[in-house]
Amino acid sequence: MSTLVALARAQAFAAGRAQPIATVRHLHVHDHPFVVIPLAMAGEANAPLAAMVGAAPDDPRLLVVAQPRNRAERFAFADALAGALVPYLTSFAGDTEAVAVDRGRDVRHRFVDAPQVWVPNTGGVDFLRLFGRSTRFRRVDGEYPVPPTVPLLGQWLTFLAGASEVPGSSLLLNAVQALGLHWATGQSGAEDAHLGSLLAWIESGAAAAREAESGPVAGPATDPDFDNRVLAPLISDGDPALTPVLRELLLPTWQRMWRTLALLRTLPAGERVAGRWDSDRDSYSSFVEHLAESGLPQPRRDGAVAAAARLQRLENAATRYAVQRAFDDPLVMAEYRLAGVAFGGVVTLANPDRVDDTGKRPVLRPRIMVATTETLRIEAGATLTSPARPAQKAKVISVTRTETGWDVLLELSGGMGRKLMAEPGTVPAVGEKLLLTTLSEAYRPGAAFPEPAETPWTHGGPPEPYSDPAQPDDDQPD
Amino acid sequence: MKLDRLRGNAKAKRHNARTIAALTGNPGCARRSVLDAAGIDKVKLAERIGFPGSFGQSRFALARGNAFEAMLKADDCALLRSVLDVGVVDYQDLGEDADDTLTARHDRTRSLLASATSALIDHPLLTLSVAGQTVFLEPDLIAFQSEGRLRVVEIKSFAVVDDQADAAKVSAAAVQAAVYVLALRELLGEDRVSHEVVLVCPENFSLEPVAVLLDVRKQLSTLRRQLSRLASVPSLIDALPDSVSFDEALPVSSLLASLAEVSARYVPECLSSCEMSVYCRDEASGSTAALGRSVRESLGGVETVALALDLSTGAASPTPDQEEAAALLRAAARLRQEALS
Repeated sequence: MSTLVALARAQAFAAGRAQPIATVRHLHVHDHPFVVIPLAMAGEANAPLAAMVGAAPDDPRLLVVAQPRNRAERFAFADALAGALVPYLTSFAGDTEAVAVDRGRDVRHRFVDAPQVWVPNTGGVDFLRLFGRSTRFRRVDGEYPVPPTVPLLGQWLTFLAGASEVPGSSLLLNAVQALGLHWATGQSGAEDAHLGSLLAWIESGAAAAREAESGPVAGPATDPDFDNRVLAPLISDGDPALTPVLRELLLPTWQRMWRTLALLRTLPAGERVAGRWDSDRDSYSSFVEHLAESGLPQPRRDGAVAAAARLQRLENAATRYAVQRAFDDPLVMAEYRLAGVAFGGVVTLANPDRVDDTGKRPVLRPRIMVATTETLRIEAGATLTSPARPAQKAKVISVTRTETGWDVLLELSGGMGRKLMAEPGTVPAVGEKLLLTTLSEAYRPGAAFPEPAETPWTHGGPPEPYSDPAQPDDDQPD
Repeated sequence: MKLDRLRGNAKAKRHNARTIAALTGNPGCARRSVLDAAGIDKVKLAERIGFPGSFGQSRFALARGNAFEAMLKADDCALLRSVLDVGVVDYQDLGEDADDTLTARHDRTRSLLASATSALIDHPLLTLSVAGQTVFLEPDLIAFQSEGRLRVVEIKSFAVVDDQADAAKVSAAAVQAAVYVLALRELLGEDRVSHEVVLVCPENFSLEPVAVLLDVRKQLSTLRRQLSRLASVPSLIDALPDSVSFDEALPVSSLLASLAEVSARYVPECLSSCEMSVYCRDEASGSTAALGRSVRESLGGVETVALALDLSTGAASPTPDQEEAAALLRAAARLRQEALS
């Protein structure tokens, strides 16, 4: 944890209220999100007990499994969840827009919007991932058929859970993480995992948060005491009171989910949030296309090439997300300033017309001197950028200690027009306040991976073609 | 004996692998070490002083665990034998949990294990030296003995899906298994007990068992180190004033006074592993440690939230060894203010 966030936690403790750790919203909040609050049966491997789902705050739909160990009921639940969720997910596969690719030599199409699903916490994401795994290989024919909606739901849930691993993706979000990205409470991270407590810190303060701790859990795990006292008798008697009891248990979390969304909407979106949502629309579009074409379920484990490519995508996304958050938000950038890899300063000298003619062609290379009083862990030779002029590079020529801090001499390139004279305003002028950092938004090219069919023997050779793994690990009818 | 006086008339709670694992999770906590050494019922104590926690186990989880184990052990352990691939060996059950047969069962365990015959040995009764006391351990486990080598077999009911399982559950199982390995090694010597334990879990979404080998060398060395730190507990107890007692019959005020005599080292992780944690959290309120280890470290290791804030605003002047932390805190406060204004 950074010292800035730790300090915010200390301040939150002293104030008895959560403190902001972001000045803008770093995720996309959909106008029409879909909320899922899953509840699992203790002890079982991902057996659903209930879920409260829906796309409108005043219209929660409760799905209940009266006998969680009964296979038929479990798949009836999956069918009902598919009936509620899949039409929402596919409803965005309508209008498309053209996007230029390959430097304008080609176009591809993507949907103008994409779905967004919210769960309360990371446990909810894990539940959906495992539920996707347990349903996507199901057969709709043969000995133990399931409704055709079930494997389709499994593929969608697997897609969403996979997207949630991509840093900065907003297709499947969880409330605890989303709030924790923007506010620091005066309690520990472990205690923040309780949505009720976390939200109370932000909305009302420390005392309300303590009270919320003993309130209903946000799932997917239920409280053992609730299991033993309330749930067990209801289930063993097949009591119809189970549904109202579960509704009462889930409603507070349902309301908290929508309050979380409303709270996040009060923050202005960061400048680069829309760009990341574009990537989300891209991956949604290609998944819709995949379903329309081969429609094969995602494999249990990625093959070697697919795994390496995915890992690299995740790494690139993580870097991009970290840099973009810092560029969008001075409070996030402050963490890098504290670490000495970004600094604020004032331009004290500027030579905007300097031309370097030592090479074959003369090039415009203005130089500026920036004085800073901040900690600096930057050496000569490093390349810096400024969020205000992201297209411009600043090479560090020298760093000199002064009485009050440092003088940094920089040579600029790029973002000044095509002539040997800089366009007005493109070179920082004397007196201008400037923020510079080693963080860079520059495009990172992907590595070249072989075709899966060319997987070398060191990595297990080419993967097996798709085979239907459905039945061996199926739980058979009870 | 001093320990009995600490406990009063209540029956002593016995250690098990889970309590030892929790104890070694925070070995610097004198309060937990003392309460456990004296066999005090911490659930009752916490309730009595008005800070109950919820440490129950769901009966659904218990039922599934029992069903899975019963299935493995049915028909003379037929399924367990096949998943362990051990062929035809003897199965010896040393009996159920009961206080009055402890010594007899321990003797039988010892002679059976010493005989080095190939067998699956269920419910062995082991001993381990914890905090200067010899405690009986009743592992819910089977030791598989073959050619003089022993291997711990642990049956757990969490699922292994596509060769992956919940990391927290696996690591808890590994620590518990390491406690058993350690106890078996104390009994039989280092080289007779394997550092590889067998975890038997249901595979994917079925009840089909799958056996996985876990290397617990790392857990073993952590346990050893932390158990050696607990060796100082007896002198800690001797040093307590005579007034200290956790006898349930005492009034709440004297229980609280006794607790105050034994210092705790609260960290947020306690909330999931210690019955006293809700009380200790309340007591630790205002300390940076209560916000989590990483927060405390990021605040330069300063003890209290108030001091960290005072150093950040310059309201408090740092001692020489706080200089560095104070400079960082001041810079952080300045940057935060600048970004938020």
